[in-house]
Amino acid sequence: MKKITTPFTTETIENLQVGEEILLSGEIFTARDAAHKRVCEMLDCGLPLPFEISGQVVYYTGPCPAPPDKIIGSVGPTTSARMDAYAPRLIRAGLRVMIGKGARNSAVVSAIREHKGLYLAAVGGAGALLSLCVERAELIAFEDLGAEAVYKLTVRDMPLVVAVDCGGAELMRNITISGV
Amino acid sequence: MSEIRVIEAAKITDAVAELCISANISIGVDIKQALSNAHDFETAPLAKSVLKTLLENADIAERERLPICQDTGMVVVFAWLGTRVHVSGNITAAINEGVRRGYRDGYFRNSVVADPQSRINTGDNSPAVIHYDFVEGDSVKLAVMPKGFGSENMSAVRMLKLSDGISGAENFVVETVQSAGANPCPPVIVGVGIGGTLEKAALLSKQALLREIGEVHSDPFWAEFEARLLARINALGIGPSGFGGHTTALAVRVLAYPTHIAGLPVAVNIGCHATRHKTVIL
Repeated sequence: MKKITTPFTTETIENLQVGEEILLSGEIFTARDAAHKRVCEMLDCGLPLPFEISGQVVYYTGPCPAPPDKIIGSVGPTTSARMDAYAPRLIRAGLRVMIGKGARNSAVVSAIREHKGLYLAAVGGAGALLSLCVERAELIAFEDLGAEAVYKLTVRDMPLVVAVDCGGAELMRNITISGV
Repeated sequence: MSEIRVIEAAKITDAVAELCISANISIGVDIKQALSNAHDFETAPLAKSVLKTLLENADIAERERLPICQDTGMVVVFAWLGTRVHVSGNITAAINEGVRRGYRDGYFRNSVVADPQSRINTGDNSPAVIHYDFVEGDSVKLAVMPKGFGSENMSAVRMLKLSDGISGAENFVVETVQSAGANPCPPVIVGVGIGGTLEKAALLSKQALLREIGEVHSDPFWAEFEARLLARINALGIGPSGFGGHTTALAVRVLAYPTHIAGLPVAVNIGCHATRHKTVIL
């Protein structure tokens, strides 16, 4: 299995094919519904974002609180489709890679293709296992959003699958249409 | 007249708190077995890999006392009250206190907002959605089901026409699972409520998720309906995590109820790969 460390280079992205399993290490940011809404509002108002989005990786998740002996609680992917309304905007602002679960709409796939991005799927419901991949969790922004705040996670060998590659090939849409 | 048994409301709180924790960290034995069988059956590398991950996740959750999933859900409680039981105190308040305590002590995510419009988090995962029913006897049975919204959002109710027939109901279930795709964290368990009224069908579809995998429907017609649906759903090819494969659902569970001469309500409640629930009898 291919091991990749963030930040993603264009060369790394171009060499990934839909359906490929990878192990991801390095820094990624968490953000889900409320944080996406707020980031897009800030972009609309021309305000500086609380974290540099250019070239970054966003993980759609709202983790459980960390028990006393742990770095973070369970931290699996949430449904990416809810972020479809915001994703093309963020991709145009420089976001490179998204991690979540489930298929994306055609606007997101087009944006990925145009900007040489990438959409990776984590196993939905595997939050406990994924929490063990997190070596560090740091609150970055929007503390008032609680579980929906933005965290910078340092992950090691996070298991993921290429769900939309930079050519726009989709793992999940293909299956829904044609069956196996 | 037979004697009335008194149960303190505090006992209900203790039980609910404990059930919230165990349901969130410990996957059902029947479901784990079904995932394991699916792992052995699948041949596609991605499908096998996802099922292996889900089985490992279940072990890690139990060992580390971490919730199986970060979406620790909105809590649904079924309470069956014996006709010869008196609960001293406010049972609804007692259940909600149990939820608060379970979610605090378990370090679970608070996912409930006080109002659908203002969307301010209640901060303690209360209130639960509680369904009461009465049964003969002097005990109280409680089933706690933390329901995540990846799967809940993919659920649906439709008031079918009689001319749609049972095959129409079958098609509606398949379409609902198909359009859900990877979002409800397959392999799913599909709860189906048929009959009653709009809300009765929806309630039955949720309650249907409580039946253990492997326990065949007592009515041969519905047993066959479930088997036929399971085969059609697994032919969709969505597979574990939506990455493709033969295991889109682990089971289809139907509950039927008398309905109106003019109606055929059908509800589909999708449960995720873990379909978390735990039951206790007091």
